Amino acid sequence: MTSPLDGEALLQVRSLRKVYDARGRVVEAIGDLSFTVGKGELVCVVGPSGAGKTTLLKCVAGLLPPTSGEVVLDGLRVTAPPPGMAVVFQEYGRSLFPWLTVRGNVELPLKEKGLPRDRRTELVDEALRAVDLTEAVSAYPWQLSGGMQQRVAIARAVAYEPRIMLMDEPFAAVDAQTRADLEDLVRSLWQRFGVTIVFVTHDIDEAVYLGGRVLVLSSSPTELMDDVAIGLPEERDQLTTRSSPEFARLRAHVFELIQQAKGVR
Amino acid sequence: MTVVLRRIATVVAVPIALLAVWWMTSAQSTSYYLPPLSKILSTFDDVWFNQRFLDDVVPSLLRLLVGFSLALVLGVALGVLVGSSRAVRSYCEPVLEFLRAIPPPVLVPVLMLFAGIGDTMKVLVIVSGCIWPILLNTVEGVRAVDQVLSETCRVYRIGGRARLTTLVLRSASPQIMAGVRQAVSIGIILMVISEMFAASNGLGFTIIQFQRSFNITEMWTGILLLGILGFVLSLAVRAVDRRVLRWYHGQRRTHLGAR
Repeated sequence: MTSPLDGEALLQVRSLRKVYDARGRVVEAIGDLSFTVGKGELVCVVGPSGAGKTTLLKCVAGLLPPTSGEVVLDGLRVTAPPPGMAVVFQEYGRSLFPWLTVRGNVELPLKEKGLPRDRRTELVDEALRAVDLTEAVSAYPWQLSGGMQQRVAIARAVAYEPRIMLMDEPFAAVDAQTRADLEDLVRSLWQRFGVTIVFVTHDIDEAVYLGGRVLVLSSSPTELMDDVAIGLPEERDQLTTRSSPEFARLRAHVFELIQQAKGVR
Repeated sequence: MTVVLRRIATVVAVPIALLAVWWMTSAQSTSYYLPPLSKILSTFDDVWFNQRFLDDVVPSLLRLLVGFSLALVLGVALGVLVGSSRAVRSYCEPVLEFLRAIPPPVLVPVLMLFAGIGDTMKVLVIVSGCIWPILLNTVEGVRAVDQVLSETCRVYRIGGRARLTTLVLRSASPQIMAGVRQAVSIGIILMVISEMFAASNGLGFTIIQFQRSFNITEMWTGILLLGILGFVLSLAVRAVDRRVLRWYHGQRRTHLGAR
């Protein structure tokens, strides 16, 4: 896969700063943040809790206007959610439409895109097969387990054929075993569909296991502490990768940075 | 099968017991104003199932239908408008609360001045009462649209009409249905009242006519008919509710089950 240096930049975050002004109480969530994500990369963003990770993701997604600085996607400045971007939210239970079936949920954005029926069916079927949910097409989200619901949300994102996929702590609310399965799912989807992914998490192991690069954030006001290249092999699996010495070294390194970030404030 | 029978038995047990009590206590009644139930029931057919059904019952039902439908369309449309914008809401809410507090029957004399004593006036009276529960509940429902769902729509660029039909109206539908349920019972009351003031036909008019001409048994059959009408309408609303809010009831059941 592409490395950050030779890859073409898809996403650029330049001197991003976000200050919340809630009734006179000024909170500086993001201090000054710049980074670049190349086409086809899988970049994890990790930071201590309260590091403004969700704020960052919402600014990148065009859901929140930055106080200063800018987000540029494919050469265009982001001021509202741009076309070709999919987001997987942490609250899977609240991001699926409870009145639509699994198929309806995955298909809805494709309808809005104006795709013809045949193409929609094709994309929905392929995405649901990729997340192994073909037998649940006509179920409603609330009839499924948490892990399955999040897979529906991922299928919806994949079927959308996005240029970039943002994931906001998507597995924070599922149990550990489901989580491991979903992590492998994300890696395999990334390899299969070649989509650029920005994956936000507070879990250091998850960040190192998934990412080609890990961006470590400080506590708020957030700045970039380090940009760690993950030199693990492309083919990863829960058992061998996680027990390799290189994984342990990277994990320890990121852990130290996070401790440092916490200690500073 | 036995489950169904038992449920039916549970539903009809108390009404049957009440009717039985009414039947027995009124059986020996010699009071002119409280005729025996047996007499009321045997008169029922003769009073209602003839030309009077077309002349009085059907017009009443049509007024109710038109008034309710107008209230539904207006209430939901205005409710979406008010509920979607915080600014509009803060301007309108005191006025809405004031207007809602006016008992619609007092509007009958006023509306008579503007709309005469025809069907328009009666329909307007029904609208003026039915609209409030629908409007205010829609406002609440639209306000409570989930933020994550709303952001999901923004991300996937679902806007305008599609956002209104797939997000706003659907997520407000449980509240809208709650408003509809209240509006239907208010509608029946106002249908009768508007026909008691100035009318030449209708259920309310007929009942008042019977009372004024001392046809007390016939008057009682009218009251019974209104009761049955209300009951049938509430069954209809419940059937619609079950269909439209299948997802809502299903979701609630799973959440309660998980707890």
